[in-house]
Amino acid sequence: MSGRYLVGRLGQSLLILLGISFVTYVLVYLVPADPVRQIAGRSATPATVEAIRAQLGLDLPLWHQYLRYLSNLLQGDLGRSYLQKTEVTTLILARLPATLELMAGAITVELLLGLPLGVYAATKRGRAADRAVMVGAFTVVSAPQFVVGILLLYVFAVRLAWFPIGGYGTLPHLVLPALTLGLLGAGWYARVARSAMIDVLRQDYVTTARAKGASPARVLLVHALRNAALPVVAMIGLDVGLFMSGAVVVESVFGWPGIGQLAWQAIQRLDIPIIVGVTLVAAVGIVIGNLVADLIAPLIDPRIKLRA
Amino acid sequence: MRHLLATSALALPIALSLAVVVPADARAQDAPKQGGEMIVTYKDDVSTLDPAIGYDWQNWSMIKSLFDGLMDYVPGTTDLVPDLAQGYEISDDGKTFTFQLRDGVKFHNGRTLVAGDVKYSIERAVRPETQSPGAGFFNMIEGFDDVQAGKAKALSGIEAPDDKTVVFHLSRPDATFLHVLALNFAHAVPKEAVEAEGADFGKKPVGTGAFRLAEWTLGQRLVFERNPDYYKKDRPRLDRITFEIGQEPLVALLRLQRGEVDILGDPIPSAKFLEVRNDPEWGDNIVEGGQLQTGYVTMNVNVPPFDDLKVRQAVNFAINKDRIVRILNGRAVPANQPLPPAMPGYAKGYEGYAFDPEKAKALLKEAGTEGGVKTELLAMNTEPNPRIAQAIQQDLAAVGIDAQLRPLAQANVIAAGGEPKGAPMIWSGGMAWIADFPDPSNFYGPILGCAGAVPGGWNWAWYCNKNLDAKAAKADAMVGDDQKQARLDLWQEVFLDVMKDAPWAPVFNEQRFTMKSDRMVGPDAIFVDPVHIPVNYDEVGVNDAQ
Repeated sequence: MSGRYLVGRLGQSLLILLGISFVTYVLVYLVPADPVRQIAGRSATPATVEAIRAQLGLDLPLWHQYLRYLSNLLQGDLGRSYLQKTEVTTLILARLPATLELMAGAITVELLLGLPLGVYAATKRGRAADRAVMVGAFTVVSAPQFVVGILLLYVFAVRLAWFPIGGYGTLPHLVLPALTLGLLGAGWYARVARSAMIDVLRQDYVTTARAKGASPARVLLVHALRNAALPVVAMIGLDVGLFMSGAVVVESVFGWPGIGQLAWQAIQRLDIPIIVGVTLVAAVGIVIGNLVADLIAPLIDPRIKLRA
Repeated sequence: MRHLLATSALALPIALSLAVVVPADARAQDAPKQGGEMIVTYKDDVSTLDPAIGYDWQNWSMIKSLFDGLMDYVPGTTDLVPDLAQGYEISDDGKTFTFQLRDGVKFHNGRTLVAGDVKYSIERAVRPETQSPGAGFFNMIEGFDDVQAGKAKALSGIEAPDDKTVVFHLSRPDATFLHVLALNFAHAVPKEAVEAEGADFGKKPVGTGAFRLAEWTLGQRLVFERNPDYYKKDRPRLDRITFEIGQEPLVALLRLQRGEVDILGDPIPSAKFLEVRNDPEWGDNIVEGGQLQTGYVTMNVNVPPFDDLKVRQAVNFAINKDRIVRILNGRAVPANQPLPPAMPGYAKGYEGYAFDPEKAKALLKEAGTEGGVKTELLAMNTEPNPRIAQAIQQDLAAVGIDAQLRPLAQANVIAAGGEPKGAPMIWSGGMAWIADFPDPSNFYGPILGCAGAVPGGWNWAWYCNKNLDAKAAKADAMVGDDQKQARLDLWQEVFLDVMKDAPWAPVFNEQRFTMKSDRMVGPDAIFVDPVHIPVNYDEVGVNDAQ
């Protein structure tokens, strides 16, 4: 792996983050609501409202506010929440482990369900089993996560009482939220793995392997799967972005104390420092996810060369 | 943040509410044993427990259990009673209030409360750097303007001549001052703890209240533990309260029905409301109470066609309030005047403008609008407000008023209402008005008085009647105990005079419903306590306390 490539990619990533921080800041600035009025309350006089606006620096021009935010950001300071008055870094750090745990659970679900089902469907191409898997995949990809979450909750937690109804802390608490978040990806993985596998199974080297007398399992798992896995691995990197949006919904349904829930509450209360902070952290996650996916690709397929 | 019916999501005025049946003293009845614990669920994390900052319906009641002020209310009622004060005296001119502090009150850090703490706490709430949403409530204290403007740090109108005495000097006699002292913004905080924690005091609160904060895991749970040094030895009833955060209301309801939680902090989800209410197994676990809230339509009296009294009266006759209440599954009662029924000063026998489309048409004819009236109705764009506004629109169409509906984001409606000719009509749901304290004056000044009819104000009808302002000022100057009834009568007159000018069409008053588990005990009034939402945490108990 080229060191130059890595440096180049890191530089690109920083630019992307800078762009994201700017776009988020501008979007929040354009929201037709006044956070100062929210802080000051309805009994405040116009003078009080203006005093608070000045204290928060919200009376400054947008570019000035943004530069100030950026200079604090470079020192690792995401500011304080307008309404909670707590440091945004503290709020995010308190909730990040829960979101990471949920994501790890969701990736596990995606891989354990999506990959084997996709491979299985490829080997049964055109038959009933293949169609059943593809219809199933299509269904979970199309279903809104809010509905899937409530449905799983109702069946497995309320009716069957196999899992706790929402909450956080133990492995049983993780199962349903991870399943809800992971099912969508599992559907995609199954479809992608199936088509990659079908493609690979047509290749000459697979035919050669078969001709040399390798067992069907060996052909599938050793010769074919390695190449078919490549697009799936690339998808994991992209999944981080998908998870960030999914986490907002899933964390709300299951009462999962992650940063998605934090963001949702902040949006409702127009707590700008939290909204921008969570967006940035999410963006960092997505950028790292993509970077890792790119770096792993040549390890799986040595034909891929990384160029700066 | 708040998604109960039409109430506030904005700066979160506190939903004061009132039990339908209010016993003289809820404490006297049905006394459960002390001890035990309960679990309360909430969807959103608690924003802060700093009494100078917290101003939403979720933290309001929590803060009341961690802190105390000079005044409070008898549990389950709107009757004022001294709390940290042993007693008080009001001077004849109504401008000097002298309080004697109770002995033996200690902060959670072990220090004894002194008069200087009360002075410090109120000054802290007023200082602009605190950014307290409650600062404006203290505007009657001498020196308020100087502190707000940053010219002074201390309020010249508060003195602490010794450790047990606090004296307030007001710039005008004000009968609402005792209510203001019962607001959370006036609760006592220890200076040393505030200074040690700085902006984090809201996460590490230290008060004198019945409970102290034992644990706060962000986004997950808060745990309140009994304060062993609390000055009322028989309170709180519970040893411990756990607030579980992040629970969707629907999930919380299912958990309550499985016996896993005791109180739903958030309202019962609308989709399940009728089902649960009518369920013989669960109907009895729901306690109903009134709220100090009115939903109304404002008509801008400076904008045609509403500059004509007859048109405003016609709108009042045209709206079918019973139908709107049905749209809300019965979670409200029809209103006929600005004050809600639970508010002192409410006119019981008053009938107002009963639904009568024919009369409305006749009035419009008298107003000379045969060609039809065209106007606009602004409403907040979140449920159930668009549905309510549509019902109003249909009622108006039936009598010949063509109101174009404009559903907008909350901030846009508020901004339009605050412009002199920004909005001919506004449906107030989701924005206004809920009283901050149980006194009729809180329903006049900002929303019907001349002071509110200013750019950026809340008097969206732009109604300004100098005679009524004078009456209101006269009523608020009646501070004596012997003048209480005369004052309420005067206020009642003010609101009935408002109805003669019809700047509003009052539509309904929201009801409030608290759902509790079978373990919970205590009189109904404390489960819909007027100043505690969802329940009065100090007063409720469980039947399995050891």
